[in-house]
Amino acid sequence: MKAALKQKSILPGFGLSMGFTLAYLGFVVLIPLSAMFLKALSISPADFINIIINPRTLAAFRLTFTTAFVSALINAIFGFLVAWVLVRYDFWGKKIIDALVDLPFALPTAVAGITLTAAFSSHGVIGRWLEPLGIKVAYTPLGIIIALTFIGFPFVVRTVEPVLREIEPDMEEAAVSLGANRAQIFFKIILPTAFPALLTGFSLAFARSIGEYGSVVFISGNMPMKTEIIPLLIVTKLEQYDYAGAVAIAVSMLVVSFILLFLINVLQWRLGRHLHIP
Amino acid sequence: MAARTTSPYSVRGRSMGGLLSKRKLLPPAKRKPLTTEAPWVQALLIAAALLYLGFILFIPLSVVFLKAFEKGIWIYLKSFTDPEALNAIRLTLFVTAVVIPLNVLFGLAAAWAIAKFDFKGKNLLTTLIDLPFSVSPIISGLIFVLLFGAHGWFGPWLREHDIKIIFAVPGIVLATLFVTFPFVARELIPLMQAQGSDEEEAGMTLGASGFQTFFHITLPNIRWGLLYGVILLSARAMGEFGAVSVVSGHIRGQTNTVPLHVEILYNEYNFIGAFAMSSLLALFGLVTLGIKSYVERRMRQ
Repeated sequence: MKAALKQKSILPGFGLSMGFTLAYLGFVVLIPLSAMFLKALSISPADFINIIINPRTLAAFRLTFTTAFVSALINAIFGFLVAWVLVRYDFWGKKIIDALVDLPFALPTAVAGITLTAAFSSHGVIGRWLEPLGIKVAYTPLGIIIALTFIGFPFVVRTVEPVLREIEPDMEEAAVSLGANRAQIFFKIILPTAFPALLTGFSLAFARSIGEYGSVVFISGNMPMKTEIIPLLIVTKLEQYDYAGAVAIAVSMLVVSFILLFLINVLQWRLGRHLHIP
Repeated sequence: MAARTTSPYSVRGRSMGGLLSKRKLLPPAKRKPLTTEAPWVQALLIAAALLYLGFILFIPLSVVFLKAFEKGIWIYLKSFTDPEALNAIRLTLFVTAVVIPLNVLFGLAAAWAIAKFDFKGKNLLTTLIDLPFSVSPIISGLIFVLLFGAHGWFGPWLREHDIKIIFAVPGIVLATLFVTFPFVARELIPLMQAQGSDEEEAGMTLGASGFQTFFHITLPNIRWGLLYGVILLSARAMGEFGAVSVVSGHIRGQTNTVPLHVEILYNEYNFIGAFAMSSLLALFGLVTLGIKSYVERRMRQ
């Protein structure tokens, strides 16, 4: 049986390592996750729909997906800029900046949450300058966008960077010799080459932002209908021992974000085929 | 390997009369001016990037330390003498110490099975291993509540046998295991695939046992990648908030990890305490980044 599944190798330990891998994967990841889907199946369709079309739930869905989308868009633009600057130019402190790009991965989300709140509240180092301009960040959807922008920042930089680095100067030189200017080279050669990677970075940041909790709960103010995100709504349901409500919302959030990611993947695949990028 | 990744610029660098002895990117001034931007455009773009980074990264980072030291160093240090803070630190270290070996063992086993053998369903297995990354931290906690909580699948059985998982340390360990699950495997699988099995096969033909081959050939080859994975894993394990918050029950002095303790202090308006604990986590994060970029440089060599 095993011989049919795997090709022959003189190395030992396939059974042991594979067995352990599958058992561990099953116990830690697959069984707990399927428990949630089983629980979702035990909710009657009418109840399920009622939970989802509740105005408070719909408002949370709208808020979560719009703020995640806007912050991923901001990160796509500025992440590309930072990747570009890191790959193409030389400046003082570049190595430190390069290392600090990953800060949002290394800083716990709760810490990010309270520091962003402190910085952007009306007395904070940034907030006190924005307040006279009439811009309120803390406890508004804008605050959620700021927190999500912080959390998703490294994704675009780290996916675009290697692609920019691999663009051969030959192509640009050829374009120059044929009379192209910098803007033409950027929009006709560099951007199309880097676009699939940019899209990957965007979707990673987007996916991360949809589920984000720690950095958002402090800055958002958590007002139902206004600044309540889906993960927080799930926690609220759990605290009221409303397991069915929590599961219905959690499963729909997972399904919607998987569909969105799938669509982005399809788009990426079609772009890649269209542009003949390997 | 290193020569190939930097080839376009380093090859030209050497042809320019050995201007650069080391292999590295040519600074823009020495590149042909036609394939780069005018100096003022460069300066503008660099300034824009730095401004953005300052706004979104540096100011928040410095706020942690500014707030922690707002009332002076003594008040700062005093927040660490609080027994609840010490308990939180102890619990966080304990959970991390349990999670690291388990997920490392899994990462090694998974990478060995996936990178050294060909079998059907390999892509599916790799996708499943990455699954926890695409699940919200809140859902990562929720699934364990559904299994082991008072009203969960095993709730009644656990109550009969007087075992507490949710709102206790085992639940925190499980949730942390779940969210840090892919880190080591994810680093090791591509690394071991790139290295191939030639060396191991040579070792086996020369009569080494499976474990000898693993410990003398594979492990030394992957040590930097393994370290890299462990660093990312421990940073996440110590900092995890959402998943742990769902399963912990926030019992002071018992089931509060450092990030949860930060939340409690913050909600009680004890800002110095909250930021003092945060500064500890931020400092650890900075050390992580330092080690990470060092390991990255070693791996490239």
